[in-house]
Amino acid sequence: MAVCIAVIAKENYPLYIRSVPTQNELKFHYTVHTSLDVVEEKISAVGKALGDQRELYLGLLYPTEDYKVYGYVTNSKVKFVIVVDSSNTSLRDNEIRSMFRKLHNSFTDVMCNPFHNPGDPIQSKAFDGIVSGMMVQTG
Amino acid sequence: MAGSQWELPPELCCRPMAFVALTGLDVVYNAVHRAIWDAFCANRRADRVPISFKVLPGDHEYPKCRTKRTSYEWYIPKGILKTSWMNKHLNLVPALVVLFYELDWDDPQWKEKQSECATKVEIVRTSLQGRNTKVAVVLIQKKTPLPPGEDLVASERASALCNACDLSGKSLFVLPHTDHLVGYIIRLENAFYEHAQTYYYTEIRRVKSHKEFLNKTTHQLLFVRHQFKIAFFIWISSTNAWLLSYFVFVFVFFLFRYYKTAYSLVHELRAHETNMLEIKTMAGFINYKICRLCFQHNTPLDAIAQFRKHIDLCKKKIGSAELAFEHAAWMSKQFQSFGELFDEAIKLGLTAIQTQNPGFYYQQAACYSQDRKQLAQQLWQAGVSYPSPDPLDTQSTGLDFYGQRPWRQGHQSIDPPDAEKEKTGILALQIKEKDVPHSELIIALLSNAVAQFKKYKCPRMKSHLMVQMGEEYYHAKDYTKAVKLLDYVMCDYRTERWWALLSAILSTALRCAYLMASVKDYIIYCMELQGRASTLKEEQKSRIEKNLMKVLLNEIPDPEPECDPSSVAAARLLWSDRMALVGSNEFTIEVQDYIPFIQCKAKFQSPSFHVDQPIQLQVLLKADCPHPVPFSKLAISLSNQEYNQWCVLESTGQDSMILSPGKTKCYNFNFVAKTEDVGKKIEVRGVFLMLGSDRGRCVFLSWRGAGGDAASTHEALQASRSSWRWVRGLEANQEPHWDSVSMQHSTMIISRVPKISVELNHQPPALCNEMYCLRLTVQSQEEGVAKDVRLTAGLKPGQDANLSQTTHVTLDGSVVCDDTAAALLPDIPLGDLKPGEKLEKCVYVKCVSTGLRVLLFHVAYSISTTVEGQHIICKCHKDETVAIETVVPFEVSVKFVSTKFEPLDRVAVDIPFLLMTDILSSSPWPLLLASSSLQLLTMTSNTKQPQSQLEQTVLQTGESASECFCLRCPPLTNSNNTVPTGQYLVSWRRQLSCSDAPLIHTTVTLPHVILESVPLYIYADLPSFGRVRESLPVRYHIENRTALVQEVEMAVEPSDAFMFSGLKQVRVRILPGSEQQMLYNYYPLMAGYQTLPQLSINLPRCSTTNAHSLRRFLPQRIFVKPQGRQLDDASIAAA
Repeated sequence: MAVCIAVIAKENYPLYIRSVPTQNELKFHYTVHTSLDVVEEKISAVGKALGDQRELYLGLLYPTEDYKVYGYVTNSKVKFVIVVDSSNTSLRDNEIRSMFRKLHNSFTDVMCNPFHNPGDPIQSKAFDGIVSGMMVQTG
Repeated sequence: MAGSQWELPPELCCRPMAFVALTGLDVVYNAVHRAIWDAFCANRRADRVPISFKVLPGDHEYPKCRTKRTSYEWYIPKGILKTSWMNKHLNLVPALVVLFYELDWDDPQWKEKQSECATKVEIVRTSLQGRNTKVAVVLIQKKTPLPPGEDLVASERASALCNACDLSGKSLFVLPHTDHLVGYIIRLENAFYEHAQTYYYTEIRRVKSHKEFLNKTTHQLLFVRHQFKIAFFIWISSTNAWLLSYFVFVFVFFLFRYYKTAYSLVHELRAHETNMLEIKTMAGFINYKICRLCFQHNTPLDAIAQFRKHIDLCKKKIGSAELAFEHAAWMSKQFQSFGELFDEAIKLGLTAIQTQNPGFYYQQAACYSQDRKQLAQQLWQAGVSYPSPDPLDTQSTGLDFYGQRPWRQGHQSIDPPDAEKEKTGILALQIKEKDVPHSELIIALLSNAVAQFKKYKCPRMKSHLMVQMGEEYYHAKDYTKAVKLLDYVMCDYRTERWWALLSAILSTALRCAYLMASVKDYIIYCMELQGRASTLKEEQKSRIEKNLMKVLLNEIPDPEPECDPSSVAAARLLWSDRMALVGSNEFTIEVQDYIPFIQCKAKFQSPSFHVDQPIQLQVLLKADCPHPVPFSKLAISLSNQEYNQWCVLESTGQDSMILSPGKTKCYNFNFVAKTEDVGKKIEVRGVFLMLGSDRGRCVFLSWRGAGGDAASTHEALQASRSSWRWVRGLEANQEPHWDSVSMQHSTMIISRVPKISVELNHQPPALCNEMYCLRLTVQSQEEGVAKDVRLTAGLKPGQDANLSQTTHVTLDGSVVCDDTAAALLPDIPLGDLKPGEKLEKCVYVKCVSTGLRVLLFHVAYSISTTVEGQHIICKCHKDETVAIETVVPFEVSVKFVSTKFEPLDRVAVDIPFLLMTDILSSSPWPLLLASSSLQLLTMTSNTKQPQSQLEQTVLQTGESASECFCLRCPPLTNSNNTVPTGQYLVSWRRQLSCSDAPLIHTTVTLPHVILESVPLYIYADLPSFGRVRESLPVRYHIENRTALVQEVEMAVEPSDAFMFSGLKQVRVRILPGSEQQMLYNYYPLMAGYQTLPQLSINLPRCSTTNAHSLRRFLPQRIFVKPQGRQLDDASIAAA
């Protein structure tokens, strides 16, 4: 299960970040922020080659000593980032994919809310619930 | 020591080379020997064999060889690898000792020299007692040797020498000291290399042979040691790739044999920390060698995989908790050295990628160094002194084995031998660790990583590392550098809108600024931390605001939390120094690039103001901080400095100048624009807000342009997208919603609205070349007198350039203007206009070409008026444009016909023909054709100068007027085939325009005609009609137009309609230039159009002209009237 889930706007500012060990929130902010380097690079590399027939799931962005960072980019260039503990080897690529898909669906619901202004931070309870379901439960 | 303790030994990092000792060379005093030595040393490129040479004296003492153990049964090894071992085999124990000796084959004292040489060899052998080192002899000779086999003395003496020295023939070399020294040397060293290789192979076999004596329970260490030695010897003696696999094997062997045991021991015995360091040290060495080999053999992925395996295995081997910092230091070193290897490989041509580059390893190394620092800091115990005697002192001999503790060397049992010693040893290590400059190490690693990430396009990673560097500088108390670095990256986080990160960086920077007592920086960071982008909690913001207020009053702010107490004390001193300083208490801060706690938006109420209206400027201010902020001055700088005086607000009473948190405050300014500024823009150049007062410190917040800051663009965009916020804002209160207020940084001053009417009367479309009349009516609705009314009329500028050449404007409509008239008449004075007065003016436009034209009528005047009590003279103007289409008034077509009205394609010389003109009106208005005339060039009129047949004709649309002229072309001297006809002139005007309008003369050039000459011309004189049974005399004239006598055969063919008398068939001769007449009397028999009897003419002498071509001159038919009757006869018949 994830230790940090983030949604990043097209312009690369955070729309939503939540992490499990809340005392080290800043570190996750940095992790997510630095992972955007790889996301940008991957988007630009794919953009040249295939046009819009792009796979949304970007896979493992980069491994750090303690965490694995996965990325996903919607067609509107909104990025999802999931950080998983490196020691958590039970998670397979498929499960990560399905987590992203779930996240994307919930994000779409948020966007469909007529009272939500796209580009504003996400404050939806439903979205929060979905994210909580994917996070590591701390005792 | 503690810093360098983790460095890899240089013997490990260098490339091992075979060691060959050279003796018998006197390189100081003997020039020949010097040259030989230089040839060995100089220019050792990669293509030469890997040997390290050393000159040693002949009686050099080599390291003693220990007596060989015959049995390992009772032997317990003391450690894995001796620290001296690698150095010994690289630099002390040679693989080959070469004895140089000067001896020629024909030396007169051969015997003596031979025995001296043998003695020298013996001395070397003795000093190498017990080693397998080879010995070789090189004879330095002055003469060039003969080819082998030819010098019998040489071969005989060589074998004798070999016997005397107990050498094999392969170990005796001859070095002639001649010109080709380097060539000989290279051959020699290749031979030496072979000998050295043999030596190392023997050593490998020797080490391997120990293996069978080993026992797996007690000799674990020896397994590793032997494998390492074997690998090391192999590397010395070979450069082959299979070496790599050997090292991998050693590593696997090492890990699986040794770590497994270590693991199990740790688990079973709960503590076996004594040799953890030794294991990790050796593991690090071997890993380093393997990774280096992988990179050298261009298999970087293997290197990375190996390194990962290594780290995964060793990560959890922390060892003793008291010395956990050692583990962190070791891990850091592992990452660092791998990063360096990676980087080195890249310099040699390897390509790295964004997600796999040396930067990650440096970063991780830095990370472990940070851990190390933290662990070291936790150890802090006050009042502990360094133990004496020093447990780390090893009597300057260093450690015997790599990775062992100095106070218990060679000890391999699970528990430390002496608990007390162990304690003091650990304490000593801990105290030493305190002196390590951790921050320096971390910063060096981070800056390495930054350089790498910069190279591999990771700007955000770079920023992150720079933040860490800044924080490390902060910990190292180098605040200037810290602030510099943090300032540099802050901007990136601000533009990317990562507020949480920005706030964290700002907090660190604020602490630095406080500790440095840097007032301006302190104020800037405070401002931004209170602002809306800050994610700090309300009470923190409140604390910061209080501090800021203190600074504004020139007092010492409270220290930031989390600051070191000793530094705080130093900072207080600095602050009080600052306070004492007189002056330099004014700061101007450009807040545009920050997100300050006061937001500002300036707007002109309208994008344009008429000059007779006051200009309204509104400044909105909003404070985001938790407490109200007083300010003392608000000033606006405009592009025209003269208006600035109207836009200043200074504090008089205290109440009006306070910004309440979260509330928007409006300040309105009004001023009157200068009349010179009409048509110019007024821009807001900047807004200044003064905080504090002259008594304390004053800070000017300066916004460039009309306010806004680093975040406001995005906020405005979001606000514009949101629709429901606007609705909410409407119902909540009358206060404008901050985000939806847009800035208006400039306004245009435009002239006063004119109060006159301008009307145009005309009859479109205009006709080509006519003087088109436009009647302009100006009527004043002003209350005062409109002075100096001026009209500018003509073609509107900015249209097709050709139009200005083909349009002419004039005020005089009585004559047709010429080409010199301009396309635009500027500033025609029309005098003054009293209220209600009306004024008319006619403007004439002559358009030479067709097409659409836009004409401009610009009426300008000045009038005096009053705005806000000021008298100003305003210039007003009104523009009227009109688009006019120009069309062609009529088309003229011309055709040539014969006198029989048959179309002519060519005209016969000196024979009359007709010119017919046709004028087709295409004008929508009736046209009056005043007259027309022909101006002939070659032709002459057959009649006398004719009067125009069209005079005063009026043509309606679509009607046409025709004229007919009979012309004749006189015989021409030159034989030109085509000749010009002349011109056709038409004078016309619109019928409806006033009678004094001038006539327009249109000239149409008539087409050229093609001439032909006829040899014989025939024409007939006959009445215009005949009557049945009445005689009809017809006279044919035949003219000879050639210079020859022509013979003509003529015959009249019979016809049903006529009887005739005259010569039926005749043959005549006609003289040149004369004429023959033939008279016939025709007697018509039938009424109606009748074909005349055909006259067939034949010219036997002139075959080119046939009867047919002549016949066209003759009439074909004639109308025959019926016979006349008496009137009464007719009435009888009718009855």
